[in-house]
Amino acid sequence: MSDPIVKISGLNKWYGEFHVLRDIDLEVRKGERIVICGPSGSGKSTLIRCINALEEFQEGEIVVDGIELGPNLKHIDAVRREVGMVFQSFNLFPHLTVLDNCTLAPIWVRNIPKRDAEATAMKFLERVKIPHQANKFPGQMSGGQQQRVAIARALTMNPKVMLFDEPTSALDPEMVKEVLDTMVDLAEEGMTMLVVTHEMGFAREVANRVVFMDAGQIIEANTPNEFFASPQHARTKLFLSQILR
Amino acid sequence: MTDLASSSFVRHDLVNERPAPVKTTGFIGWARTRLFNSPTNILLTILGALLLWFTIVPSVKFLMVDAVWSGNDRTACLAENAGFAVGACWPYIQAKLPQLIYGFYPEAERWRVNLTFVLAAVLLVPMLMPRLPAKGLNAGLFFFALPVVAFFLLRGGGISGFGLSWTAGLLELFDDSIIGAGNVLLNLSKTSAIAPLLWVIGNLILLVGTAIHWLVFPLIWLRDQIQGSGQSVWADFAITTAVVSLIAFVLGGGLRTGWRALAASIATFVAIAIVIKLMGLDHGGLPIVLTNLWGGLLVTLVVSVTGIVTSLPIGIALALGRRSTIPLIRIFSIAFIEFWRGVPLITVLFFATYMLPLFLPGNFTVDGLVRALIGIALFTGAYQAENVRGGLAAIPRGQGEAAAALGLSWWKTTSLIVLPQALRHVIPNLVNSFISLFKDTSLVSIVALFDLLGSLRASFSDPKWSTPSTAFTGFAFAGIIYFIFCFGMSRYSLFVEHRLNAHRRN
Repeated sequence: MSDPIVKISGLNKWYGEFHVLRDIDLEVRKGERIVICGPSGSGKSTLIRCINALEEFQEGEIVVDGIELGPNLKHIDAVRREVGMVFQSFNLFPHLTVLDNCTLAPIWVRNIPKRDAEATAMKFLERVKIPHQANKFPGQMSGGQQQRVAIARALTMNPKVMLFDEPTSALDPEMVKEVLDTMVDLAEEGMTMLVVTHEMGFAREVANRVVFMDAGQIIEANTPNEFFASPQHARTKLFLSQILR
Repeated sequence: MTDLASSSFVRHDLVNERPAPVKTTGFIGWARTRLFNSPTNILLTILGALLLWFTIVPSVKFLMVDAVWSGNDRTACLAENAGFAVGACWPYIQAKLPQLIYGFYPEAERWRVNLTFVLAAVLLVPMLMPRLPAKGLNAGLFFFALPVVAFFLLRGGGISGFGLSWTAGLLELFDDSIIGAGNVLLNLSKTSAIAPLLWVIGNLILLVGTAIHWLVFPLIWLRDQIQGSGQSVWADFAITTAVVSLIAFVLGGGLRTGWRALAASIATFVAIAIVIKLMGLDHGGLPIVLTNLWGGLLVTLVVSVTGIVTSLPIGIALALGRRSTIPLIRIFSIAFIEFWRGVPLITVLFFATYMLPLFLPGNFTVDGLVRALIGIALFTGAYQAENVRGGLAAIPRGQGEAAAALGLSWWKTTSLIVLPQALRHVIPNLVNSFISLFKDTSLVSIVALFDLLGSLRASFSDPKWSTPSTAFTGFAFAGIIYFIFCFGMSRYSLFVEHRLNAHRRN
């Protein structure tokens, strides 16, 4: 396999006195799909939010596509341009139409002419199967549609890595599938993905590796087959017994 | 219905959409359901009707029915001549209208005020209509070109130089004040206990001042050469145009993409040149009308429009500063806001008018109207800052995070994502402050500026029009004028709110 595109080593983070991330080491290779799961409060979201510097950390290092994250704002901007993120609560810009949501960053960050940006945005909206809604406002769409727009919005920046922070947790059960299908399509095209999710079916189908976290540390990481068939650690077994019924 | 077996149900035909039933049956149905549907409502309806009866009827009687509509002096508005108890005395307003609009602005020059009003209206009205194109150019003209043109139109006077002279003058002033400070310290060092320290610092400052003097010397020399020549304004103008256009060209991307910036810069300067030529600014301009002659609606509009236009950017800057993570900026913003909010506007106006001149250097004077303008702008800015802060607080953190995750910088996140949403949330509060500012402008009459209300009260003392109803007529008229402006702002804000919040409707 190729070189790691995300390399996390010795990562430690505290919220005040609370030690949220403890000695995290994780390497993600190009094209790899990693699913991170674990009980709530185990630091999964915090971990992937560190990768695009939405959270700062106190110890360790994160290198994304050869750029080391640190206090240097230039590096942070450079990393964010290469890393797309999809949030649990969509975070679309409610005052802009779907199309404007998708062209904002290409126009203002990459300085792409408006016409080209709109063409690219329409291409990605077609890929997530909502091109006909381009002129609606996010508030006029269902949750599943909004989340697919959010995915398209992240893709318009041509990211090398996509982060998904519980992308289906805020959705009605009926809409989970349309978002997961979009993500499966994306995975099949070879996108590098880090996904925090409780959708174990998705993990089985798509992931190269499943990472289980608890209390701010990585407890177990394995291929999905091994992970679900023969979990090693007692904590993992307990977790799996509770969510798989 | 009670049959247990019927609890299983499968719908075979889906129910089709039907129009909603007619809610009311004419006026009587409406009145019965809305006005007389309970004892409390019947009581409230009767009270409301009485209230309207006792306010609307006397007002109409005073303003229209019993009013005197024509006449040449007070005799027309006296009960014994009119033959009935006289209400409003409109000929008085007719006679005093010029004073109420222009104050003591010289009669021969009043066309300048009218022209300013027309220019402002011509630029403002299309800007307020969202359908019309070229909003950027329109806003640029209204916010930047109009104030300058209005200044030279209303006040008069010309210019003796342009960008180069102004820059040279500013630098010279700056340098002089540094050298002055150095000399003061040197003088102090002759008597002070810490003499050597003061002497060293004083000499250091003098050294810096001298260095700056030699740095800016070429500029000042050039300025003096230009001033010596016959066409000082135009020579200076040409140099400024060349320098600014060159900078625009280089910043715009040089040979590759800079041509647009260059063309825009040259077009701007050509427009400025036309204005200078038209108004004759290069040789003295229009006769000067000092601001203490301005009055009436003119002062009210100048003060309120300037206050409205300048207070919003001040408020936005302070609100962002108050949420800044940089302690110095945050503390400054909080101190500034709390200071101005803690002081009454009257105190601010008094301070600006009577005490500020005591603190400024001897030969440095600021016009009285300008002092009041600055005071009002800063005062309202502090209030607007708190309004804007309310809007900023309503924006979920996820918005900023999503923008940051896309790689947008803080400035772009703020100006493209956060502020547009925050300001939409607080349009009612912002306009509320604008309306209150518009009415608060009447306070400038206590610092010897005659706004609409001040001019009105001055006109009461005219014996030619002293009748029992003069004061009532005057205040009614002023009230109507204020109401028209404030109600207009209020309705327009509703329109903007409705339009900008399209995304919140399903």
